[in-house]
Parts: sequence; C-alpha cells; structure tokens
Amino acid sequence: MELRFTKRNQTLIAHISGEIDHHTSGELRLKIDRALEQISGKNIIFCFREVTFMDSSGIGMMIGRYKQIQSLGGRVAIACASPKVADIIALSGLGRLLPDYDELKAALAYVEGREAE
Amino acid sequence: MRPENEARVFFTAVSENESFARLFAAGFFSQLDPTVSEITDIKTAVSEAVTNAIIHGYERREGMVELYCAYQERKVYIEVADQGRGIEDVAQAREPLYTSKPELERSGMGFTIMETFMENMRVESVVGEGTRVYMEKTLSEE
Ligand SMILES: Nc1ncnc2c1ncn2[C@@H]1O[C@H](COP(=O)(O)OP(=O)(O)OP(=O)(O)O)[C@@H](O)[C@H]1O
Ligand SMILES: [Mg+2]
Repeated sequence: MELRFTKRNQTLIAHISGEIDHHTSGELRLKIDRALEQISGKNIIFCFREVTFMDSSGIGMMIGRYKQIQSLGGRVAIACASPKVADIIALSGLGRLLPDYDELKAALAYVEGREAE
Repeated sequence: MRPENEARVFFTAVSENESFARLFAAGFFSQLDPTVSEITDIKTAVSEAVTNAIIHGYERREGMVELYCAYQERKVYIEVADQGRGIEDVAQAREPLYTSKPELERSGMGFTIMETFMENMRVESVVGEGTRVYMEKTLSEE
C-alpha cells in the first residue's frame, strides 16, 4: 500500500494505491489523521483510482475518519472506486454517509458544497 | 470422497500474512481459470475470514491459522480455522454491522461480505476451542 496526499483549500485528498486490509489500514489511519491535522483540513476525499483490493478493514477505516470529520462540520467522499469496492461500500451502507463518485472533480464539488448537477 | 485437488497451509496469526493467504487462495484457484470478478470475490472472502481469526480468534495472542482450499470440477471449497477464543453467539456474530470490537474501528461487515461474495457459508465455533468457517462457490464455465 502506498499513500500520497494532495490538498485543495480545506480538503485533504488521500491518493491510495495497492491493497487496503487489516494490515495496511492502521498505517493509513495514522497518516491520514496526521496529514489532516497538518493542513487543518475539514474535508477528506479517498481517491481509489489505484486501489487493487479492499476488504471490510477499509470500511472501518473510512467510517472512523467520517466520524472525525463530522465533528469538524466537514464532508467525506470517495472517488474512482472499482466495481468490487463499490459493491462493498454499497453492502455496508457506507455510501449513505460518504458518497462515491466516478470522478475526483465531482467528489470535490460535493465536499466543497458545490453540488454537481 | 476427496475432492480432485486440495491444498492446506498453516501460518502464524499476524496481519502480515493476510495478503499471503489471499495470494495462496488466488494462486491455487487460478488453475480453474476463474474470472477476475470471481477471483476477487474469493480473495475478499478469504481476507475476511483470516482477519477475523487474527483479530477476534487470537486477539493478538500467539496462534496458527489454517487455510484449506479445494475444488471438484467448478465447485470451490474454502475453510479458515483458528484455535482461538471461539464465538458465543454465532447468529448474532453473523448479523450485518454486529461487531464486538467497535473500538478497533471494525464495521461488523466481515461475515456479510463472505456470505455475499460466496454462495454458502457455515460457521462452526466452540467457546475456548476455536472457529472454523466453511465457504463454497461454483465458478462459471470456462
Ligand atoms: N474467528 C473468530 N473468533 C472469535 N470471534 C469471531 C471470529 N470471527 C468473527 N468473530 C466475532 O463475530 C463478530 C462479527 O464478525 P465480522 O467479521 O462480521 O465483523 P468484524 O470483524 O467485527 O468487523 P469487520 O469484519 O467489518 O472488520 C466479530 O466482531 C467477533 O465478535
Ligand atoms: Mg471481520
């Protein structure tokens, strides 16, 4: 698993690549929380374009970040999830809290409160 | 009756071995030329069961996890077993969103994912002795 961050205004974009499981989700959690604090971010986007595998550990990790962001009054979204990852997100009901978008642009519009058409 | 092909591996209950377990199962079943979707289903189900053995079965104590893979024609059989603490109430454990470890940011979706991505799932567990999860799936014809 590799992780890279970009930032736009108050939004932290976590570009994750590789596999998200119990083993890698601990490191993800730690690094994302630290990066969010460093930029005083309010929103998070999980960019899944390069994620090759995710199990329920990824769901738990994202719900944890969502709860944190909620207390800051921000928003969380997912971008570019593969069909299988999208299945897991739908199954868990996570999509109701963190919508997933086919494009990063749409996810950004959502977290910044500029709802796309 | 023995299935036409089978493989069994035992490994230390540490999180590093989760990706090993997925690769072991994916490698073994690749002999059946599954679709990418089918192999992802299998890897995800194995990952869920193995992670449960490590997190819940052994709760960071030492132990070994067993992974058994077999097939007969297009039918895939998987078993994941631990000799950990066992499950008191299996019906409750299988409910979507039920987790005994919310403080570890678990979502309670593991069993639901196994049930959805495989065709059949059965759980045998004895408190103090351990847990064995059985899963089956029929692959599409080549
Ligand atoms: N091998 C096991 N040994 C002991 N208890 C288990 C085992 N597997 C599952 N359980 C129990 O069943 C519950 C539900 O398991 P399930 O995989 O559905 O959710 P979870 O592991 O808690 O969360 P998630 O899988 O979403 O991270 C667990 O919280 C645990 O109490
Ligand atoms: Mg689980």
